[in-house]
Amino acid sequence: MSAPSTGGASRDGYGTGLLRIAHDPRVVVLEADLGKSTKSCHFRDQYPDRTISLGIAEQNMMLVAAGLASCGKIPFASTFAIFTERAFEQIRNGIARPELNVHICGSHGGIHTGTDGSSAQSIEDLALYRTIPGMTVLHPCDDLSTAELTVQLLEHNQPSYTRTARNKTPRLYDEESSRSLKIGKGSILRDGDDVAIIACGVMVYKAMKVADILQADGISTTVIDMHTIKPLDTELVSDLARRCNGIVTVEDHSVIGGLGSAVASHLSTTNPTRIKMLGVDDRFGESGGSEELLELMNLDISDIEAACRELL
Amino acid sequence: MSESEVSTKLDLTTLEARAKQCRRLIVEMVHKAGAGHPGGSLSAIDLMVGLYGTQMRIRVDEPDWPNRDRFIMSKGHASPAVYSLLHELGFLTKADLDGFRTLGSVCQGHVDMRWTDGVDFSAGSLGMGLSFGLGCSLAASMDGSDRNTWVMIGDGETQEGQVWEALMAASYHQVGNLKLIVDRNRIQNDDFVGIQMEIGDIASKINSFGWVVREIDGHDMQAIVDALAWAESHDSGPAAIVAHTIKGKGVSFMEDNPSFHGKAPNDDELARALEELS
Repeated sequence: MSAPSTGGASRDGYGTGLLRIAHDPRVVVLEADLGKSTKSCHFRDQYPDRTISLGIAEQNMMLVAAGLASCGKIPFASTFAIFTERAFEQIRNGIARPELNVHICGSHGGIHTGTDGSSAQSIEDLALYRTIPGMTVLHPCDDLSTAELTVQLLEHNQPSYTRTARNKTPRLYDEESSRSLKIGKGSILRDGDDVAIIACGVMVYKAMKVADILQADGISTTVIDMHTIKPLDTELVSDLARRCNGIVTVEDHSVIGGLGSAVASHLSTTNPTRIKMLGVDDRFGESGGSEELLELMNLDISDIEAACRELL
Repeated sequence: MSESEVSTKLDLTTLEARAKQCRRLIVEMVHKAGAGHPGGSLSAIDLMVGLYGTQMRIRVDEPDWPNRDRFIMSKGHASPAVYSLLHELGFLTKADLDGFRTLGSVCQGHVDMRWTDGVDFSAGSLGMGLSFGLGCSLAASMDGSDRNTWVMIGDGETQEGQVWEALMAASYHQVGNLKLIVDRNRIQNDDFVGIQMEIGDIASKINSFGWVVREIDGHDMQAIVDALAWAESHDSGPAAIVAHTIKGKGVSFMEDNPSFHGKAPNDDELARALEELS
Protein backbone atom coordinates (compact mmCIF):
# COMPACT_ATOMS: atom_id res chain seq x y z
CA MET A 1 0.00 0.00 0.00
CA SER A 2 1.16 3.54 -0.54
CA ALA A 3 1.47 6.11 2.20
CA PRO A 4 -1.10 8.90 2.29
CA SER A 5 -0.13 12.39 1.28
CA THR A 6 -1.07 13.78 4.66
CA GLY A 7 0.85 13.05 7.81
CA GLY A 8 4.52 12.45 8.27
CA ALA A 9 7.11 10.00 9.48
CA SER A 10 7.58 9.57 13.21
CA ARG A 11 10.86 11.48 12.91
CA ASP A 12 8.84 14.52 11.80
CA GLY A 13 6.91 14.21 15.04
CA TYR A 14 10.13 14.42 17.01
CA GLY A 15 10.88 17.71 15.28
CA THR A 16 7.47 19.21 16.03
CA GLY A 17 7.54 17.82 19.58
CA LEU A 18 10.79 19.69 20.27
CA LEU A 19 9.18 22.93 19.07
CA ARG A 20 6.23 22.36 21.41
CA ILE A 21 8.55 22.23 24.43
CA ALA A 22 10.96 24.92 23.28
CA HIS A 23 9.25 27.43 25.59
CA ASP A 24 11.04 25.73 28.49
CA PRO A 25 14.51 27.29 28.69
CA ARG A 26 15.94 24.06 30.15
CA VAL A 27 15.46 22.30 26.82
CA VAL A 28 18.73 21.96 24.89
CA VAL A 29 19.09 20.13 21.58
CA LEU A 30 22.26 18.27 20.61
CA GLU A 31 23.13 17.23 17.09
CA ALA A 32 25.77 14.99 15.51
CA ASP A 33 25.56 16.17 11.90
CA LEU A 34 22.18 14.55 11.28
CA GLY A 35 19.77 17.22 12.42
CA LYS A 36 18.21 17.45 8.98
CA SER A 37 17.52 13.73 9.16
CA THR A 38 16.35 13.41 12.77
CA LYS A 39 14.37 16.66 12.34
CA SER A 40 15.95 18.52 15.24
CA CYS A 41 16.88 21.04 12.53
CA HIS A 42 13.57 22.87 13.06
CA PHE A 43 14.52 23.57 16.66
CA ARG A 44 17.96 24.71 15.50
CA ASP A 45 16.39 27.16 13.04
CA GLN A 46 14.38 28.86 15.77
CA TYR A 47 16.61 28.35 18.82
CA PRO A 48 20.24 28.34 17.66
CA ASP A 49 21.45 29.45 21.10
CA ARG A 50 20.10 26.25 22.64
CA THR A 51 21.27 23.92 19.87
CA ILE A 52 24.73 22.42 20.14
CA SER A 53 26.46 20.97 17.11
CA LEU A 54 28.96 18.29 18.06
CA GLY A 55 29.95 16.90 14.70
CA ILE A 56 30.17 13.25 13.81
CA ALA A 57 31.15 12.23 17.32
CA GLU A 58 28.34 10.41 19.08
CA GLN A 59 30.30 9.27 22.13
CA ASN A 60 31.21 12.83 22.97
CA MET A 61 27.64 13.98 22.35
CA MET A 62 26.19 11.56 24.91
CA LEU A 63 28.50 12.76 27.67
CA VAL A 64 28.06 16.44 26.78
CA ALA A 65 24.34 15.78 27.20
CA ALA A 66 25.02 14.15 30.56
CA GLY A 67 27.05 17.14 31.72
CA LEU A 68 24.30 19.53 30.67
CA ALA A 69 21.72 17.43 32.51
CA SER A 70 23.86 17.43 35.66
CA CYS A 71 23.59 21.23 35.58
CA GLY A 72 19.79 21.27 35.29
CA LYS A 73 19.33 21.32 31.52
CA ILE A 74 17.03 18.85 29.76
CA PRO A 75 19.04 17.70 26.75
CA PHE A 76 17.51 16.04 23.71
CA ALA A 77 20.27 14.35 21.68
CA SER A 78 19.58 12.72 18.36
CA THR A 79 21.31 10.84 15.58
CA PHE A 80 20.52 7.70 13.59
CA ALA A 81 19.41 4.79 15.78
CA ILE A 82 22.37 2.76 14.58
CA PHE A 83 24.86 5.45 15.63
CA THR A 84 23.45 5.73 19.13
CA GLU A 85 24.54 2.12 19.48
CA ARG A 86 28.14 3.21 18.93
CA ALA A 87 27.81 5.11 22.19
CA PHE A 88 26.04 2.35 24.12
CA GLU A 89 28.56 2.28 26.93
CA GLN A 90 28.49 6.07 27.16
CA ILE A 91 24.72 5.90 27.54
CA ARG A 92 24.94 3.09 30.06
CA ASN A 93 27.73 4.48 32.23
CA GLY A 94 27.52 8.20 31.55
CA ILE A 95 23.77 8.81 31.40
CA ALA A 96 21.70 5.98 32.87
CA ARG A 97 23.92 4.96 35.77
CA PRO A 98 23.91 8.44 37.34
CA GLU A 99 20.19 8.72 36.43
CA LEU A 100 20.66 11.85 34.34
CA ASN A 101 17.65 13.29 32.58
CA VAL A 102 18.89 12.90 28.99
CA HIS A 103 16.52 12.06 26.13
CA ILE A 104 18.05 10.27 23.17
CA CYS A 105 16.31 9.94 19.84
CA GLY A 106 17.47 7.40 17.28
CA SER A 107 15.90 7.99 13.91
CA HIS A 108 15.93 5.70 10.89
CA GLY A 109 15.30 2.65 13.07
CA GLY A 110 14.56 -0.74 11.54
CA ILE A 111 14.85 -2.30 8.10
CA HIS A 112 12.03 0.03 6.97
CA THR A 113 14.86 2.57 6.55
CA GLY A 114 15.34 0.90 3.20
CA THR A 115 17.80 1.54 0.44
CA ASP A 116 20.74 2.66 2.60
CA GLY A 117 21.23 -1.02 3.36
CA SER A 118 22.00 -3.07 6.45
CA SER A 119 24.63 -0.77 7.97
CA ALA A 120 21.95 1.88 8.54
CA GLN A 121 19.15 -0.46 9.60
CA SER A 122 19.23 -0.72 13.38
CA ILE A 123 17.43 -3.91 14.39
CA GLU A 124 18.81 -4.23 17.92
CA ASP A 125 18.45 -0.76 19.47
CA LEU A 126 15.26 -1.51 21.42
CA ALA A 127 16.85 -4.64 22.86
CA LEU A 128 20.00 -2.80 23.88
CA TYR A 129 18.29 0.03 25.70
CA ARG A 130 15.74 -2.26 27.38
CA THR A 131 18.62 -3.85 29.29
CA ILE A 132 19.69 -0.62 30.96
CA PRO A 133 18.19 -0.05 34.43
CA GLY A 134 15.91 2.99 34.67
CA MET A 135 15.83 3.63 30.92
CA THR A 136 12.50 4.35 29.23
CA VAL A 137 12.27 2.99 25.67
CA LEU A 138 9.74 4.41 23.20
CA HIS A 139 8.89 3.55 19.61
CA PRO A 140 5.82 5.48 18.43
CA CYS A 141 3.97 4.71 15.21
CA ASP A 142 3.27 8.06 13.54
CA ASP A 143 4.20 11.71 13.64
CA LEU A 144 1.42 12.95 15.90
CA SER A 145 1.97 10.32 18.59
CA THR A 146 5.71 10.90 18.45
CA ALA A 147 5.20 14.63 18.97
CA GLU A 148 2.94 14.00 21.96
CA LEU A 149 5.30 11.52 23.62
CA THR A 150 8.27 13.84 23.01
CA VAL A 151 6.37 16.60 24.80
CA GLN A 152 5.73 14.26 27.74
CA LEU A 153 9.46 13.55 28.05
CA LEU A 154 9.90 17.12 29.28
CA GLU A 155 8.44 16.08 32.64
CA HIS A 156 9.62 12.48 32.55
CA ASN A 157 12.69 12.88 34.79
CA GLN A 158 14.33 9.66 33.65
CA PRO A 159 16.73 8.93 30.81
CA SER A 160 14.96 7.75 27.69
CA TYR A 161 15.51 6.38 24.21
CA THR A 162 12.98 7.07 21.46
CA ARG A 163 13.24 5.25 18.16
CA THR A 164 11.71 6.99 15.16
CA ALA A 165 11.33 5.83 11.58
CA ARG A 166 12.59 7.40 8.40
CA ASN A 167 9.58 6.85 6.18
CA LYS A 168 6.01 8.07 6.23
CA THR A 169 3.32 5.61 7.20
CA PRO A 170 -0.41 6.33 7.57
CA ARG A 171 -1.46 8.36 10.59
CA LEU A 172 -3.24 6.38 13.27
CA TYR A 173 -4.01 9.34 15.50
CA ASP A 174 -5.38 12.81 15.06
CA GLU A 175 -4.42 15.80 17.17
CA GLU A 176 -7.08 15.04 19.77
CA SER A 177 -6.55 11.28 20.13
CA SER A 178 -2.79 11.68 20.30
CA ARG A 179 -3.22 13.85 23.42
CA SER A 180 -4.68 10.90 25.31
CA LEU A 181 -1.45 8.89 24.98
CA LYS A 182 0.62 8.27 28.08
CA ILE A 183 4.19 7.02 28.35
CA GLY A 184 4.00 3.48 29.77
CA LYS A 185 0.40 2.85 28.73
CA GLY A 186 -0.32 0.83 25.62
CA SER A 187 -2.85 2.38 23.29
CA ILE A 188 -5.87 0.28 22.27
CA LEU A 189 -6.54 1.20 18.67
CA ARG A 190 -9.08 -1.55 18.12
CA ASP A 191 -10.87 -3.89 20.47
CA GLY A 192 -11.70 -7.57 19.89
CA ASP A 193 -11.68 -10.87 21.75
CA ASP A 194 -10.53 -13.49 19.27
CA VAL A 195 -6.91 -12.51 18.85
CA ALA A 196 -4.66 -9.62 19.83
CA ILE A 197 -1.87 -7.97 17.88
CA ILE A 198 0.66 -5.97 19.85
CA ALA A 199 2.76 -3.89 17.53
CA CYS A 200 5.06 -0.89 17.55
CA GLY A 201 6.39 1.63 15.08
CA VAL A 202 5.72 1.20 11.40
CA MET A 203 4.11 -2.20 12.00
CA VAL A 204 1.09 -0.76 13.78
CA TYR A 205 -0.70 0.35 10.62
CA LYS A 206 -0.04 -3.10 9.12
CA ALA A 207 -1.70 -4.62 12.18
CA MET A 208 -4.74 -2.39 11.59
CA LYS A 209 -4.96 -3.64 8.00
CA VAL A 210 -4.86 -7.23 9.22
CA ALA A 211 -7.66 -6.50 11.68
CA ASP A 212 -9.79 -5.24 8.77
CA ILE A 213 -9.14 -8.42 6.79
CA LEU A 214 -9.96 -10.67 9.76
CA GLN A 215 -13.10 -8.67 10.51
CA ALA A 216 -14.42 -9.56 7.06
CA ASP A 217 -14.27 -13.20 8.19
CA GLY A 218 -16.00 -12.43 11.45
CA ILE A 219 -12.81 -12.53 13.53
CA SER A 220 -12.53 -9.75 16.09
CA THR A 221 -9.03 -8.47 16.71
CA THR A 222 -7.49 -6.22 19.31
CA VAL A 223 -4.71 -3.98 18.02
CA ILE A 224 -2.36 -2.37 20.51
CA ASP A 225 0.07 0.41 19.68
CA MET A 226 2.72 -0.45 22.25
CA HIS A 227 4.63 2.78 21.86
CA THR A 228 6.38 2.23 25.17
CA ILE A 229 8.54 -0.89 25.11
CA LYS A 230 9.87 -0.18 28.59
CA PRO A 231 8.32 0.05 31.08
CA LEU A 232 5.96 -2.40 29.42
CA ASP A 233 2.24 -2.02 30.10
CA THR A 234 2.05 -5.45 31.76
CA GLU A 235 -1.46 -4.84 33.04
CA LEU A 236 -2.75 -4.47 29.51
CA VAL A 237 -0.75 -7.44 28.23
CA SER A 238 -2.10 -9.67 31.02
CA ASP A 239 -5.64 -8.55 30.27
CA LEU A 240 -5.23 -9.46 26.60
CA ALA A 241 -3.85 -12.86 27.56
CA ARG A 242 -6.91 -13.55 29.68
CA ARG A 243 -9.51 -12.67 27.08
CA CYS A 244 -7.97 -13.55 23.69
CA ASN A 245 -7.04 -16.89 22.12
CA GLY A 246 -3.50 -15.75 21.60
CA ILE A 247 -1.20 -12.81 20.99
CA VAL A 248 0.82 -11.84 17.93
CA THR A 249 3.67 -9.38 18.45
CA VAL A 250 4.98 -7.47 15.44
CA GLU A 251 8.03 -5.25 15.25
CA ASP A 252 10.54 -3.99 12.71
CA HIS A 253 13.34 -5.17 14.99
CA SER A 254 15.14 -8.39 15.81
CA VAL A 255 12.91 -11.01 17.40
CA ILE A 256 15.63 -11.18 20.05
CA GLY A 257 15.17 -8.70 22.86
CA GLY A 258 12.54 -6.30 21.55
CA LEU A 259 8.78 -5.92 21.96
CA GLY A 260 8.02 -9.61 21.44
CA SER A 261 10.62 -10.66 23.96
CA ALA A 262 9.27 -8.19 26.50
CA VAL A 263 5.70 -9.47 26.07
CA ALA A 264 6.76 -13.13 26.10
CA SER A 265 8.97 -12.65 29.11
CA HIS A 266 6.12 -11.13 31.08
CA LEU A 267 3.49 -13.68 30.07
CA SER A 268 5.69 -16.76 30.46
CA THR A 269 6.08 -16.02 34.14
CA THR A 270 2.56 -14.75 34.86
CA ASN A 271 0.05 -16.14 32.42
CA PRO A 272 1.47 -18.58 29.84
CA THR A 273 -0.23 -17.70 26.57
CA ARG A 274 0.07 -18.78 22.96
CA ILE A 275 2.25 -16.19 21.24
CA LYS A 276 3.56 -15.63 17.74
CA MET A 277 6.54 -13.30 17.62
CA LEU A 278 7.06 -11.59 14.29
CA GLY A 279 10.19 -9.56 13.70
CA VAL A 280 13.51 -9.69 11.94
CA ASP A 281 14.60 -13.28 12.37
CA ASP A 282 18.18 -12.99 13.59
CA ARG A 283 19.61 -11.73 10.34
CA PHE A 284 20.78 -8.45 8.78
CA GLY A 285 18.84 -6.56 6.16
CA GLU A 286 19.99 -5.31 2.78
CA SER A 287 19.23 -2.51 0.34
CA GLY A 288 15.71 -2.35 -1.01
CA GLY A 289 12.39 -0.61 -0.74
CA SER A 290 10.69 -0.54 2.64
CA GLU A 291 7.79 -2.71 1.55
CA GLU A 292 10.09 -5.10 -0.29
CA LEU A 293 12.20 -5.55 2.80
CA LEU A 294 9.21 -6.17 5.06
CA GLU A 295 8.11 -8.82 2.61
CA LEU A 296 11.59 -10.34 2.56
CA MET A 297 11.58 -10.50 6.37
CA ASN A 298 8.14 -12.14 6.46
CA LEU A 299 6.66 -9.02 8.04
CA ASP A 300 4.01 -8.36 5.43
CA ILE A 301 0.28 -8.14 6.05
CA SER A 302 -0.18 -11.72 4.86
CA ASP A 303 2.40 -12.96 7.37
CA ILE A 304 0.69 -11.19 10.26
CA GLU A 305 -2.69 -12.45 9.12
CA ALA A 306 -1.41 -16.04 8.92
CA ALA A 307 0.05 -15.79 12.42
CA CYS A 308 -3.29 -14.57 13.78
CA ARG A 309 -5.22 -17.40 12.10
CA GLU A 310 -2.85 -20.00 13.54
CA LEU A 311 -3.82 -18.87 17.03
CA LEU A 312 -7.58 -19.24 16.50
CA MET B 1 32.43 26.83 56.01
CA SER B 2 30.75 28.61 53.11
CA GLU B 3 32.24 29.08 49.65
CA SER B 4 35.13 27.24 51.20
CA GLU B 5 38.71 27.55 50.18
CA VAL B 6 38.70 30.12 47.45
CA SER B 7 38.32 33.06 49.75
CA THR B 8 41.11 31.72 51.93
CA LYS B 9 43.67 30.89 49.19
CA LEU B 10 45.72 28.50 51.29
CA ASP B 11 49.45 29.10 51.46
CA LEU B 12 52.06 26.69 50.16
CA THR B 13 52.96 25.25 53.55
CA THR B 14 49.33 24.46 54.31
CA LEU B 15 48.77 22.95 50.87
CA GLU B 16 51.84 20.74 51.15
CA ALA B 17 50.83 19.57 54.62
CA ARG B 18 47.35 18.75 53.37
CA ALA B 19 48.75 16.81 50.44
CA LYS B 20 50.89 14.74 52.77
CA GLN B 21 47.91 14.03 55.01
CA CYS B 22 45.87 12.97 51.95
CA ARG B 23 48.69 10.62 50.90
CA ARG B 24 48.50 8.93 54.31
CA LEU B 25 44.74 8.53 53.98
CA ILE B 26 45.15 7.14 50.44
CA VAL B 27 47.50 4.32 51.42
CA GLU B 28 45.49 3.54 54.56
CA MET B 29 42.23 3.41 52.61
CA VAL B 30 43.57 1.13 49.92
CA HIS B 31 45.28 -1.10 52.48
CA LYS B 32 42.11 -1.47 54.52
CA ALA B 33 40.01 -2.26 51.44
CA GLY B 34 42.64 -4.67 50.17
CA ALA B 35 42.07 -3.19 46.72
CA GLY B 36 42.18 0.10 44.89
CA HIS B 37 44.53 2.31 42.92
CA PRO B 38 47.25 3.96 45.00
CA GLY B 39 49.65 4.87 42.17
CA GLY B 40 47.41 7.23 40.21
CA SER B 41 45.97 8.70 43.41
CA LEU B 42 49.41 9.64 44.68
CA SER B 43 50.39 11.17 41.34
CA ALA B 44 47.24 13.32 41.21
CA ILE B 45 46.86 14.49 44.80
CA ASP B 46 49.17 17.52 44.74
CA LEU B 47 47.26 18.93 41.78
CA MET B 48 43.90 18.32 43.43
CA VAL B 49 44.93 19.84 46.75
CA GLY B 50 46.23 22.88 44.88
CA LEU B 51 43.01 23.16 42.91
CA TYR B 52 40.65 22.91 45.88
CA GLY B 53 42.91 25.08 48.02
CA THR B 54 43.16 28.01 45.63
CA GLN B 55 40.45 27.87 42.96
CA MET B 56 37.34 25.81 43.67
CA ARG B 57 34.27 27.75 44.77
CA ILE B 58 32.17 25.18 46.62
CA ARG B 59 30.02 24.95 49.71
CA VAL B 60 30.62 22.02 52.03
CA ASP B 61 27.28 22.65 53.75
CA GLU B 62 25.50 22.80 50.38
CA PRO B 63 27.14 20.19 48.12
CA ASP B 64 24.56 20.70 45.36
CA TRP B 65 24.91 24.50 45.30
CA PRO B 66 24.07 25.11 41.61
CA ASN B 67 26.70 27.79 41.04
CA ARG B 68 29.63 25.80 42.43
CA ASP B 69 32.69 25.18 40.33
CA ARG B 70 32.75 21.62 39.04
CA PHE B 71 35.60 19.14 39.38
CA ILE B 72 35.25 16.22 37.00
CA MET B 73 37.55 13.38 37.99
CA SER B 74 37.65 11.41 34.77
CA LYS B 75 40.29 8.93 35.96
CA GLY B 76 37.74 7.61 38.44
CA HIS B 77 39.93 4.82 39.71
CA ALA B 78 41.92 7.48 41.56
CA SER B 79 38.96 7.61 43.93
CA PRO B 80 41.15 7.36 47.06
CA ALA B 81 42.64 10.74 46.13
CA VAL B 82 39.15 12.23 45.82
CA TYR B 83 37.89 10.73 49.07
CA SER B 84 40.98 11.73 51.03
CA LEU B 85 40.55 15.32 49.90
CA LEU B 86 36.79 15.35 50.49
CA HIS B 87 37.60 14.16 54.03
CA GLU B 88 40.02 17.02 54.57
CA LEU B 89 37.41 19.46 53.22
CA GLY B 90 34.73 18.11 55.57
CA PHE B 91 32.48 16.21 53.14
CA LEU B 92 33.41 12.74 54.39
CA THR B 93 34.14 11.28 57.83
CA LYS B 94 36.96 8.90 58.67
CA ALA B 95 34.32 6.19 59.04
CA ASP B 96 33.26 6.91 55.45
CA LEU B 97 36.83 6.38 54.28
CA ASP B 98 37.04 3.14 56.27
CA GLY B 99 34.11 1.83 54.25
CA PHE B 100 35.89 2.31 50.92
CA ARG B 101 34.82 -0.42 48.44
CA THR B 102 32.52 -2.17 50.94
CA LEU B 103 28.80 -2.86 50.47
CA GLY B 104 26.67 0.24 50.95
CA SER B 105 29.62 2.60 51.43
CA VAL B 106 29.45 6.17 50.15
CA CYS B 107 33.03 5.55 49.01
CA GLN B 108 32.40 3.44 45.90
CA GLY B 109 35.29 1.81 44.05
CA HIS B 110 35.14 4.48 41.36
CA VAL B 111 33.88 7.99 42.13
CA ASP B 112 30.12 8.31 41.72
CA MET B 113 28.02 11.47 41.93
CA ARG B 114 24.99 9.54 43.13
CA TRP B 115 26.82 8.11 46.15
CA THR B 116 29.10 10.84 47.42
CA ASP B 117 28.49 14.48 48.35
CA GLY B 118 31.09 16.66 46.68
CA VAL B 119 31.50 14.40 43.63
CA ASP B 120 30.26 15.92 40.37
CA PHE B 121 30.66 12.99 37.97
CA SER B 122 30.17 9.23 37.91
CA ALA B 123 33.41 7.92 36.49
CA GLY B 124 34.96 4.52 36.03
CA SER B 125 35.06 4.23 32.28
CA LEU B 126 37.97 6.20 30.89
CA GLY B 127 37.61 8.85 28.22
CA MET B 128 34.24 10.29 29.24
CA GLY B 129 35.03 13.04 31.74
CA LEU B 130 36.16 15.79 29.40
CA SER B 131 32.95 15.46 27.37
CA PHE B 132 30.91 15.68 30.56
CA GLY B 133 32.92 18.72 31.63
CA LEU B 134 32.20 20.34 28.29
CA GLY B 135 28.50 19.84 28.95
CA CYS B 136 28.89 21.52 32.35
CA SER B 137 30.76 24.41 30.73
CA LEU B 138 28.14 24.93 28.04
CA ALA B 139 25.42 24.90 30.71
CA ALA B 140 27.28 27.56 32.69
CA SER B 141 27.56 29.74 29.59
CA MET B 142 23.83 29.38 28.89
CA ASP B 143 23.11 30.30 32.51
CA GLY B 144 25.36 33.38 32.32
CA SER B 145 27.27 31.96 35.28
CA ASP B 146 30.96 32.53 35.94
CA ARG B 147 31.46 29.05 37.38
CA ASN B 148 34.37 27.01 36.03
CA THR B 149 34.64 23.35 35.20
CA TRP B 150 37.94 21.61 35.93
CA VAL B 151 38.55 18.17 34.46
CA MET B 152 41.34 15.77 35.32
CA ILE B 153 42.32 12.96 32.98
CA GLY B 154 45.21 10.51 32.97
CA ASP B 155 47.80 10.26 30.24
CA GLY B 156 46.93 6.64 29.42
CA GLU B 157 43.35 7.83 29.17
CA THR B 158 44.22 9.94 26.14
CA GLN B 159 44.40 6.70 24.17
CA GLU B 160 40.58 6.82 24.22
CA GLY B 161 39.31 8.46 21.04
CA GLN B 162 36.50 10.22 22.86
CA VAL B 163 39.05 12.46 24.58
CA TRP B 164 40.01 13.88 21.19
CA GLU B 165 36.37 14.29 20.17
CA ALA B 166 35.92 16.38 23.30
CA LEU B 167 39.12 18.37 22.77
CA MET B 168 37.96 19.25 19.26
CA ALA B 169 34.44 20.15 20.38
CA ALA B 170 35.63 22.34 23.28
CA SER B 171 37.89 24.26 20.96
CA TYR B 172 35.15 24.69 18.36
CA HIS B 173 32.72 25.99 20.99
CA GLN B 174 35.42 28.26 22.50
CA VAL B 175 34.53 27.44 26.09
CA GLY B 176 36.62 29.75 28.22
CA ASN B 177 35.29 28.22 31.44
CA LEU B 178 36.66 24.71 30.81
CA LYS B 179 40.03 23.77 32.27
CA LEU B 180 41.82 20.47 31.75
CA ILE B 181 44.53 18.92 33.89
CA VAL B 182 46.42 15.94 32.45
CA ASP B 183 48.10 13.76 35.07
CA ARG B 184 51.08 12.69 32.97
CA ASN B 185 52.38 9.91 35.23
CA ARG B 186 53.58 7.72 32.33
CA ILE B 187 52.08 4.51 33.67
CA GLN B 188 48.80 2.77 32.85
CA ASN B 189 47.23 -0.48 33.99
CA ASP B 190 49.46 -3.05 32.36
CA ASP B 191 52.73 -1.19 32.10
CA PHE B 192 54.42 2.08 31.15
CA VAL B 193 52.49 4.17 28.60
CA GLY B 194 55.59 4.07 26.43
CA ILE B 195 55.29 0.31 26.22
CA GLN B 196 51.49 0.02 25.90
CA MET B 197 51.03 2.76 23.28
CA GLU B 198 53.13 5.89 23.59
CA ILE B 199 51.25 9.16 23.27
CA GLY B 200 54.28 11.36 22.69
CA ASP B 201 54.05 15.11 23.11
CA ILE B 202 50.59 15.44 24.66
CA ALA B 203 50.94 19.20 25.15
CA SER B 204 51.62 19.80 21.45
CA LYS B 205 48.79 17.53 20.43
CA ILE B 206 46.28 19.29 22.69
CA ASN B 207 47.59 22.65 21.51
CA SER B 208 47.09 21.57 17.90
CA PHE B 209 43.43 21.00 18.75
CA GLY B 210 43.08 24.69 19.56
CA TRP B 211 43.76 24.79 23.30
CA VAL B 212 46.32 26.87 25.14
CA VAL B 213 48.59 24.57 27.10
CA ARG B 214 51.12 24.93 29.88
CA GLU B 215 53.43 22.17 31.13
CA ILE B 216 54.48 21.94 34.77
CA ASP B 217 56.03 19.67 37.38
CA GLY B 218 52.88 18.25 38.94
CA HIS B 219 54.51 17.92 42.36
CA ASP B 220 55.86 21.49 42.64
CA MET B 221 53.11 23.22 44.62
CA GLN B 222 54.17 26.71 43.63
CA ALA B 223 54.14 25.72 39.97
CA ILE B 224 50.76 24.07 40.44
CA VAL B 225 49.20 27.13 42.06
CA ASP B 226 50.64 29.43 39.41
CA ALA B 227 49.44 27.24 36.52
CA LEU B 228 45.94 26.93 38.01
CA ALA B 229 45.73 30.72 38.30
CA TRP B 230 46.89 31.05 34.70
CA ALA B 231 44.31 28.55 33.47
CA GLU B 232 41.56 30.22 35.50
CA SER B 233 42.35 33.62 34.04
CA HIS B 234 42.35 32.39 30.45
CA ASP B 235 38.75 32.96 29.36
CA SER B 236 38.87 33.24 25.57
CA GLY B 237 38.95 29.46 25.08
CA PRO B 238 39.78 26.21 26.81
CA ALA B 239 43.04 25.86 28.71
CA ALA B 240 45.03 22.76 29.62
CA ILE B 241 47.76 21.98 32.11
CA VAL B 242 49.93 18.99 31.33
CA ALA B 243 51.36 18.04 34.70
CA HIS B 244 54.40 15.78 34.67
CA THR B 245 54.00 13.55 37.68
CA ILE B 246 55.39 10.41 39.25
CA LYS B 247 53.05 7.50 39.73
CA GLY B 248 53.04 6.52 43.41
CA LYS B 249 54.70 9.83 44.39
CA GLY B 250 55.67 10.00 48.07
CA VAL B 251 56.05 6.29 48.74
CA SER B 252 59.47 5.18 47.49
CA PHE B 253 58.61 1.62 46.53
CA MET B 254 55.46 2.69 44.73
CA GLU B 255 57.12 5.47 42.73
CA ASP B 256 57.35 4.80 39.03
CA ASN B 257 56.28 1.23 39.72
CA PRO B 258 53.57 -0.14 37.38
CA SER B 259 52.67 -2.90 39.84
CA PHE B 260 51.14 -0.32 42.20
CA HIS B 261 48.69 1.01 39.62
CA GLY B 262 45.94 -1.12 41.06
CA LYS B 263 47.38 -3.06 43.99
CA ALA B 264 46.93 -2.57 47.72
CA PRO B 265 49.95 -2.46 50.04
CA ASN B 266 50.27 -5.33 52.52
CA ASP B 267 50.71 -4.71 56.27
CA ASP B 268 54.46 -4.30 56.05
CA GLU B 269 54.23 -2.05 53.02
CA LEU B 270 51.64 0.12 54.75
CA ALA B 271 53.89 0.58 57.76
CA ARG B 272 56.80 1.57 55.53
CA ALA B 273 54.61 3.93 53.53
CA LEU B 274 53.26 5.71 56.61
CA GLU B 275 56.77 6.06 57.98
CA GLU B 276 57.88 7.74 54.78
CA LEU B 277 54.83 10.01 54.92
CA SER B 278 55.24 10.99 58.56
